[in-house]
Amino acid sequence: MIQLGFPLLSVIVYLPLVGAAVVLALDGRNLAAVKATAFLFSSLTFLASLPLYFFFRVDTAAMQFVEKVPWIESLGINYQMGIDGISLWLVLLTTFLSTIAILSSWSAITTRVKGYYAVMLVLETGMIGVFVATDLFLFYVFWEAMLIPMYFLIGIWGGPSRIYAAVKFFLYTMAGGVLMLVGILALYFFNHAVTGLYTFDLLELRKLNLDFWAQLWLFLAFSVAFAIKVPMFPFHTWLPDAHVEAPTAGSVILAGVLLKMGTYGFVRFSLPLFPAAARELASIIAALAIIGIIYGALVSLIQEDVKKLVAYSSVSHLGFVMLGLFAFNSQGVQGGILQMINHGLSTGALFLIVGMLYERRHTRMIADFGGLWKVIPLFSITLLVVSLASIGLPGLNGFVGEFLILVGAFRHDWLWAAFGATGVILSAVYMLWMLQRMIFEELKNQQNQVLLDLSAREVLVLAPIIVLIFLIGVYPWPFLKPMEASTQALLAEVKSKGQVLVLDGMQAEGIPMARQDLYR
Amino acid sequence: MLYQAWIIPILPLLGAAANAFLGARLGKRFVSLVACGTVGLASLGSAWVFADLTRLPAGERLVMLPMYQWIGTGDFQVNFALQIDPLSAVMLLVVSGVSFLIHVYSTGYMAEDRGYARYFTYLNLFVFSMLLLVTANNFLVLYVGWELVGLCSYLLIGFWYERKAAADAGKKAFIVNRVGDLGFALGVMLIFVTFGSLDYQDVFAGAPQMLAVGSVTATTITLLLFVGATGKSAQIPLYVWLPDAMEGPTPVSALIHAATMVTAGVYMVARTHALFELAPFSLSVVATIGAVTAFYAATIALVQTDIKRMLAYSTISQLGYMFLAVGVGAYAAGIFHLTTHAFFKALLFLGAGSVMHTLGGETNMLKMGGLRLKLPVTYWTFVVGALAISGFPGLSCFFSKDAILWQAFASPRGGMVLWAIGLATAALTAFYALRAVFLTFHGESRLTVEAEGHIHEPPSNMALPLALLAALAALGGYLGVPGILGGSDAFGSFLAPVFRGEAWMALETQAPANELGLMGLSVLAAFLGMGLAWYFYLARPEAPGVLARRFGGLYALLVNKYYVDEIYGGLVVQPLVALAHFLGERFEVTVIDGVVNGVGRTVAASGAWLRRLQTGFVRNYALSIFLGAVIVLGYFLFR
Repeated sequence: MIQLGFPLLSVIVYLPLVGAAVVLALDGRNLAAVKATAFLFSSLTFLASLPLYFFFRVDTAAMQFVEKVPWIESLGINYQMGIDGISLWLVLLTTFLSTIAILSSWSAITTRVKGYYAVMLVLETGMIGVFVATDLFLFYVFWEAMLIPMYFLIGIWGGPSRIYAAVKFFLYTMAGGVLMLVGILALYFFNHAVTGLYTFDLLELRKLNLDFWAQLWLFLAFSVAFAIKVPMFPFHTWLPDAHVEAPTAGSVILAGVLLKMGTYGFVRFSLPLFPAAARELASIIAALAIIGIIYGALVSLIQEDVKKLVAYSSVSHLGFVMLGLFAFNSQGVQGGILQMINHGLSTGALFLIVGMLYERRHTRMIADFGGLWKVIPLFSITLLVVSLASIGLPGLNGFVGEFLILVGAFRHDWLWAAFGATGVILSAVYMLWMLQRMIFEELKNQQNQVLLDLSAREVLVLAPIIVLIFLIGVYPWPFLKPMEASTQALLAEVKSKGQVLVLDGMQAEGIPMARQDLYR
Repeated sequence: MLYQAWIIPILPLLGAAANAFLGARLGKRFVSLVACGTVGLASLGSAWVFADLTRLPAGERLVMLPMYQWIGTGDFQVNFALQIDPLSAVMLLVVSGVSFLIHVYSTGYMAEDRGYARYFTYLNLFVFSMLLLVTANNFLVLYVGWELVGLCSYLLIGFWYERKAAADAGKKAFIVNRVGDLGFALGVMLIFVTFGSLDYQDVFAGAPQMLAVGSVTATTITLLLFVGATGKSAQIPLYVWLPDAMEGPTPVSALIHAATMVTAGVYMVARTHALFELAPFSLSVVATIGAVTAFYAATIALVQTDIKRMLAYSTISQLGYMFLAVGVGAYAAGIFHLTTHAFFKALLFLGAGSVMHTLGGETNMLKMGGLRLKLPVTYWTFVVGALAISGFPGLSCFFSKDAILWQAFASPRGGMVLWAIGLATAALTAFYALRAVFLTFHGESRLTVEAEGHIHEPPSNMALPLALLAALAALGGYLGVPGILGGSDAFGSFLAPVFRGEAWMALETQAPANELGLMGLSVLAAFLGMGLAWYFYLARPEAPGVLARRFGGLYALLVNKYYVDEIYGGLVVQPLVALAHFLGERFEVTVIDGVVNGVGRTVAASGAWLRRLQTGFVRNYALSIFLGAVIVLGYFLFR
């Protein structure tokens, strides 16, 4: 379906790239102009992405705002873009967080400023491209392209062990990407063998009904790449390193958007392309997700560096998302998608807050703080609210996603929900303990006596996120509604291609006998 | 007003928002006015709603207030919706009324505090959450209120955040409650999976058709819900947070940790009685836990020297009574005791607060004594509260406790054992209540000279709430005078439409002689307890010490609260922390990251080894090519 009559998605994708070129053309000594230009282009991109919501049709599962142009015709490669209810919010999240991340870098980045903002804008193009591409080849191009600016972001503007972290990040993700490429090519040839058609068009490939073993191998090839990106336990160790070393804005983007590419990959590719394999491996993936939830929370508990704590908490939160997606019902999947957005907002805000503190004190060790509420109350209240959102307090965004995920998980197998929900307790443990040691108790460290509270720019950076945190918590309906049709279509597709365990409705077939009494 | 009842919870929310954003700038008068004004209006609104509700015929007293579509995915559709029925109306009145009095009291108690605006922001937010909890129309809105009151509790316990003990206690309360909430949330999910809806009406109407009495599902749902109740309402095994919660300001202890929030579990069980009725096993668990907790906490209260902690254990004990009531199917009696308890326990806490206020925060009763002449208002109101909780005939708790004991005895779900535990607890209660009166207000003064000089009666904004609560604690029982004493149990019959067809209706067939006889026994138990307190703390002040020495082991057990905190620490907290350290510092580094770095090193090492082939000498390459050609040729020649 094509709204608006002009290629809006392409505009959104390439506007930041144009911005990067303009930034590079500027005089690098004129810092104000560089910053203003970068901010201008990212906020223009955000504004340009808003019509996606306003003109989005909630009654259809079809791809919308579609653009399709032959690209390399001999190989069946199209320049093909579109969004549906699954990608809509991720695109908006990307344009929103990119703008915030750029605004948050004003005082944090002091070296190679011009290059920094150019890289941030290139990164934005890559990320949006990943979420809108509906041709597998194009998707792969964006997927790999986005690695490069992130690599530079960590490697140039990062902390003391930035090289180790950047290389680890790059190689780890690259390794997964290569496997995915093999999977894409295999799928391409399989499809040709069956239909006689060479194409990378996702919509065409989704019609393919592969036999189980082919599905299984291809699922694994795709999913390892996605699992690394999520990151799922045990592929997560690149994450804390990358986060600790990355500059604040890098962490915001990394946690807010990049991780979602992994979970998005599962929903967009692994589930509809290989449903039988997905169903077969669901228990294993759910088990890994639950381990991730608990493991991430426990490891968060003992971190002394608050940035590392937030990084490990992401492992835990993304475990929830995965659990929801593999519950194969609309609560789980929609809760999972909403939780991607929620995590982007609350964890993004946490990294911003930690970064603001780091700019003031040049330390992130929890032990260096304590009693901050007394000197910087506004900062502390913000940290409190965002932490509460992160641990799923009702009235704030995290609750809606977490609860839906657990309902979905419960419907699939109540044990999933029971184990997953322990993460809700543990998240309270590590978050509240962190809060206690940072903003409560006595102000012992004299260096904290003179801290300045949030500046007007910092309030401007955080306020939009806080507003969304409340809005999604109190009134999630407008956020869930656009996902509905696409989710239902996805679930129906997954069901029609393989006998899925539980779909919506009480009369679901295939509930294991042992659980029957619980369902009635 | 019935259809505008949603305004009632919104008012304190607006108050909280106003004080949060403007309070610090506009000063204490503004803060007090907004905080007390919004809660005062909320209680007026509650009274209005109550009056309107009574004008409806008894069978039609249910008004639903759907507000907006809240969460919806697939067949999971939940509205943000409230409801007014007799139970909600009673809870609205109790919560908003007691809250209003405690708000007024707080304007005096907290007058000198630096965080005045912050205090009232939290307190107003609490009132909003609690009103939401009692007016919810479905389980998810109930859950929101349930968690938000927990948040406010956390914030207010840790209000004086600079004290580590306060910050610790707040965190402990939140986390222990989350453990309970895990059960509660799973219960709610199971309800949804079973009924396909979370609306009260759907669930309660559908329950008898969809679930058999005693079915696994009904029992599982109710036990899970009750796990939540043990957390919020501080019952065994999750009661451990409540005594520590006394680190918060005393009006907070009165409002949240005595009168309102901690009773949420009782309310919830009563509200979901349609489910509990289908699970006799769960009901017996509720009754047993309630009775045991009542007795257990009362024994700890006997030896507490900290007046607030003594009251905290007393609260746990009284909550046990309420669970005993709902566990034997006496829902109306449970809510009746909830109401009278809100009056007399808030009164006792505020009385303790006014003692602490004048003594600079002293809570140790051994350092008080002889205050009755210097603080007559505080003394007399405290005495009313103490006599009420002791079950002194004619005061509020006499009626409500007796209703519980009688039904524990006579209900088909009750029995001799539950009744006997309740009766013994009544004696213990009278003992510790009077002990507190005697230690604090009678005998020789044990104050320091300096403290002696500062003593003053509380200002009128603290004295007035005390007086009003004393009146309620004294007279509140007349709302529910049982038929046997010539009353008509107005309280019970007002709630009857909500609890229709429950066990207590069957009690009317019981012999009245029994009821009077049991009432006599509980009065006797109360006087026994009071008499012993008089003997130990007024007549023979040296006796407690002698007794403590004679039964040293038992005394140590009680003083150390049965070592439960230590046991939990050793069994749960320490192993968990040790596991976290092991995973984070050993497993993560050596195993998971070790494998990753190992792969990296292996690749690098093989690269280093293979690099040796690249010698850069043409003759070496030529040799390799020659050898390769020979091997290939050889293969084709000799295969």
